[in-house]
Order: sequence, then structure tokens, then C-alpha cells
Amino acid sequence: MPGTRIDYSVILGLVPPGAKVLDLGCGDGTLLAGLVQAKRVTGRGIEISEEGVRACIAKGLTVLQGDIDEGLRDYPDRSFDYVILNQTIQAVKKPDVVLSEMLRVGEKGVVGLPNFAFWRMRLYLLFNGRMPKTEFLPYEWYDTPNIHFCSVLDFEEYCRKKSVTVEKRIFLSTDRGGRVLKGVRPNLFAESAVYLLSRRQPAAAERTG
Amino acid sequence: MPQRKEPGSVGLAKKKFFTFCDPPHEMDLEGGGRLGPVTLAYETYGRLNRDKTNALLILHALSGDSHAAGKYSADDRKPGWWDNTIGPGKAFDTDKFFVICSNVLGGCQGSTGPSSIHPATGKPYALSFPIITLNDMVHAQRRLIDHLGIERLFAVTGGSMGGMQALQWAVSYPDRVLASIPIATTAKHSPQQIAFNQVGRAAIMADPNFNDGDYYDREVPKDGLALARMVGHITYLSDDSMHEKFGRRLRGKKTLGYNFNLDFEVESYLRYKGDAFVSRFDANSYLYITKAIDYFDLSLPSGSLVKALEKVKSKFLVISFKSDWLYPPYQSKEIVKALMVNGVDITYCEIDSRYGHDAFLMDEGEMLKILRNFLENVASRHGIAVPATGS
Repeated sequence: MPGTRIDYSVILGLVPPGAKVLDLGCGDGTLLAGLVQAKRVTGRGIEISEEGVRACIAKGLTVLQGDIDEGLRDYPDRSFDYVILNQTIQAVKKPDVVLSEMLRVGEKGVVGLPNFAFWRMRLYLLFNGRMPKTEFLPYEWYDTPNIHFCSVLDFEEYCRKKSVTVEKRIFLSTDRGGRVLKGVRPNLFAESAVYLLSRRQPAAAERTG
Repeated sequence: MPQRKEPGSVGLAKKKFFTFCDPPHEMDLEGGGRLGPVTLAYETYGRLNRDKTNALLILHALSGDSHAAGKYSADDRKPGWWDNTIGPGKAFDTDKFFVICSNVLGGCQGSTGPSSIHPATGKPYALSFPIITLNDMVHAQRRLIDHLGIERLFAVTGGSMGGMQALQWAVSYPDRVLASIPIATTAKHSPQQIAFNQVGRAAIMADPNFNDGDYYDREVPKDGLALARMVGHITYLSDDSMHEKFGRRLRGKKTLGYNFNLDFEVESYLRYKGDAFVSRFDANSYLYITKAIDYFDLSLPSGSLVKALEKVKSKFLVISFKSDWLYPPYQSKEIVKALMVNGVDITYCEIDSRYGHDAFLMDEGEMLKILRNFLENVASRHGIAVPATGS
């Protein structure tokens, strides 16, 4: 699919055909429509902006206008196979609550996040002494919707602490139209990351310490 | 790509009538009464397709009627109440859908209501008309849909009381509705909403001409009915829209009058709306229909809306308006939550309109686009055929 964002094609690869999917912060529904079309998933979206919701309806998607910070509490446990939170975690007020809720209502979670320890970010801050801006994070400090940045290391530490199993981790760069990084030191070289998560069983958690 | 017609009118509309439940087979009512014969006035626009799967039932609000689109004659001044939404190429596209709208049971525009003649006495029912509920209204509509030979409606939709009926349809007849679109509505009437309705009813009953509802051969309680309409109308607008529409502009004068005559434009507007309403609406119908709305609580008898919506099979599009303080978005969200818990395919949109409750009747470009897109997608997914052209 030419013109497809690299994170979209990675997520498309993670979700099996026919799965029941909830996309949190689904925006204009591009990713969800892609999943419905390519994987014939049963897709549901939650989006806070009216504009996004209208775009989703135009694409024929099932979408609720709502704030994911207000909670997923009305969804029963395990009501979805996959819950997706792509490029949204940095904009929610309580990432901790949202992450734990998504792993309650979904068997598996897919989280895509920008890596704030990407080397360009580091250099930007080091040499300019200013808050980093990139193509995907173009906002000024005072008008950004992004309020919770973390690095790859931060996120993985969070998962360990909260007994969340990282089943897959994929590191991405936007170089050359977007590619998956194979090399080492993703905390330095990955511009963003996509994680496939699941809730570790308590027994298993004990065994692996 | 097929050529899209210019958005237009459905043309000349014709009111039709269907009568059923002739005695002794009267209709059993939720409140315990019996009623028969029952007549529903209705209009249809567009054509039914061959397999009768493209029928769209429009459900009107408190003061509406079966005349949803078009004009009765070429020199009619005003078209039907949802003419901006129904027509060839419009959101409810009559090139694709067979649109039906009937006057509710209890109404006064051709359907059986308190102003109808009681067959036993030969006089208008007046207050001997049995109490009706929204459930009864929907059951009566189901008879009409049977009569039209339609097994399953493509969609049911309406705003306000129309939205309540759209919900009731999906609950009462889960197998007969493919999609339900409740707009600016609630699953149960709130104390505030009941309070406003009660003020309207009290105004009518306090009118010296009310005469216990028995006024059909004399002067009608027009001041009470006009006052009820004025109160109602305030609740349909928003603070913003009143600022925009009237501000503090004076009506027909340059300076304040310093007396109790009408000074402000908003005053004369309300007076006009009240008076205009009296000429087309029956005070007793106002009593019966507002009472039916106040009784509306979909969560009964269990008290749980989630449980009440358990059997729903249709997909849903729920729409609310941010500035609607009569049926605020939180009430739509309660519907959305309960449907969601039941795993219903539901889409919800909260439109950022400034026009208050009336937004659903205004030319809201965004709402119309949403309705059009939603219906087109459902129609194509379910292979709803466009009716054959020609007469």
C-alpha cells in the first residue's frame, strides 16, 4: 500500500484476520478502515473530536465520540481481542489508567508511541536548548496536546513494573519513507515504537520473577 | 458514477389514512384502556423497492405531524417540517429510500386523538380519550407498517419525542428494524423535562375556556395552549441562539415603552409562535402527548437500561447537540453506554451546534452529512436495492 504510514502497516501485520478490535483515539479512522478492509476485523473506534468522528462515519466505521480518559469502564472484561492505542498515549491525562483498562477490556494491547530519547530529540535539546519539535510532533510547548512523553526504556520499565508482558516490540524510523529498525540501541535510534502487550498471568509472573 | 440529481423537493405530498382495530377488536393500551377504531394519517415519499427493504420511518416530535416533506399544493407557503432533510438527493434520499411519516396516536392532524369523534357518543373524545404511551404510538405504527407490507424497516429515526419512538421501535420490534437513529433525545424523561411539560399542561388547564377538555363546540383554551407553546419554545432554543436571533432588539419601536406592552423582539416572537400554534394544534392532544412523553422510561420495568436494551438487534446512530439543554448530551451518552454494554453496533456523535434542542430541525450541514453517510454505508453493506425508476 503506497503512502501508508509505517506504523499502520506494522499494526496491520500484528492483528490477525477477523479479530474484534477497539481503536482508542482513532482520529479520522484511516488505520481502523485499513484493518476492516485488509483483515476483515470487527472494528470499533473511540474519538474525541467531532471532525474525526464525522470522517469515521463517512468511512462506514462504527465510532463513539468520547474521551478515553473518562474511562473504558463500561466495557466488560475481555470484550475485544485487540485494543489499539496508536500515537495517542502521549496525549492522555492518565496513561497508567488507560493502559491498564485497555488490557482489561482487550486480550491484547497494541501501543504505538513516539520515543522521546530518539537521538535527534536529544541533539535538538542539547544544541538548541529548546523543547524538541519534529515532523510528527510539531507543537510548541504551550499548545501541544502531548503531555506525557516517555522513552523506549521508560515504557519497558513501566511494563515490567506493572507485570505487562511485551509479546512483540517493533522499532521504527521515518527515514526513507519509514522502515523497521533491525539494529541495536533502539532507545537511541528508534523514532517510534509499536508494542504488542498482554496481561501477564499472576502465576507466570511469579515464576519469571 | 451515477448522476446525482440536484437536491430538490419531493413535490406534492398527499395525506393518506389507515384505519384498524375496529370494535370489537380494539387496541389494548399500555395504561389499561382500549381504543378502536384507530386511524393513522400518514404520508410517503419515494418508492418502495421490489423486496420492500428500503423503507425509512420518520417519527415526529411533540408538535409535528405526518407532513414531513413537500407541499400540499403549489402555492403552499411552507413545506413539511423536515423538508431540508427529506427529498431527492437529500440526507434521506427519496431516490433511494421509501420515506414514511405518520401522525402519532393521540395527535390532532388526522390520527385518532382526543379531538376525534368517539364512535359510541358521536362527540369528540375530549378527556374521555384513554391515556396513551409512546409504546402505544409505536404499536400503532407497526400496524401501519404491516399494512404497507413491510417486514423490516431499513431505518427508524426522529428527534426529541421522535427519537424516543426510534428507541422504542428497536426495543419492541428488534427483528423489524435494521438501523435506529435517535436524535437529541433520552431513554427516560428527566424531572426537569417533566416539570416543563407540567407547566404547559397547567397553563392549558388553567385557561377559563378549558372546561374540562370539553371545548370543541365553543371557544378553545387558546391562551393556555399559546402559553404552553411559549414555554416549550424557550426550551428548544439556547442562550446563544436567542442572543443571535433577538439580542435585546426592540420590536416596532425605537425606545423602551415603560409599560407592559411588548417591547422586545423575543417577546413578540414568542407571542407569534404561541398564537400560530393555537391555529394548528389541539390543547387536549398537547395534554395527552406531553403525558405520554413524561411516562417514557425505557428502563422499566427492571429499572436497568442495559437490561431493557438486551434484545436490540438493530445498529444505532445516536446524535446529540452540545448546546441542547433540554435533552443534554449526557442523556444520549446513557443510551450509548447501555447499547455498548450489550455489544450493539453503535455510533455516537455529539454535534457542536449553538442552536439548542431545535438544532435537529435546523439546516445543520454536519448532521445531514452524518445521516447521509451512515445510511449510505448501511444500505450498501446490506445490499439495499434502489427502487426501479419509472412510474
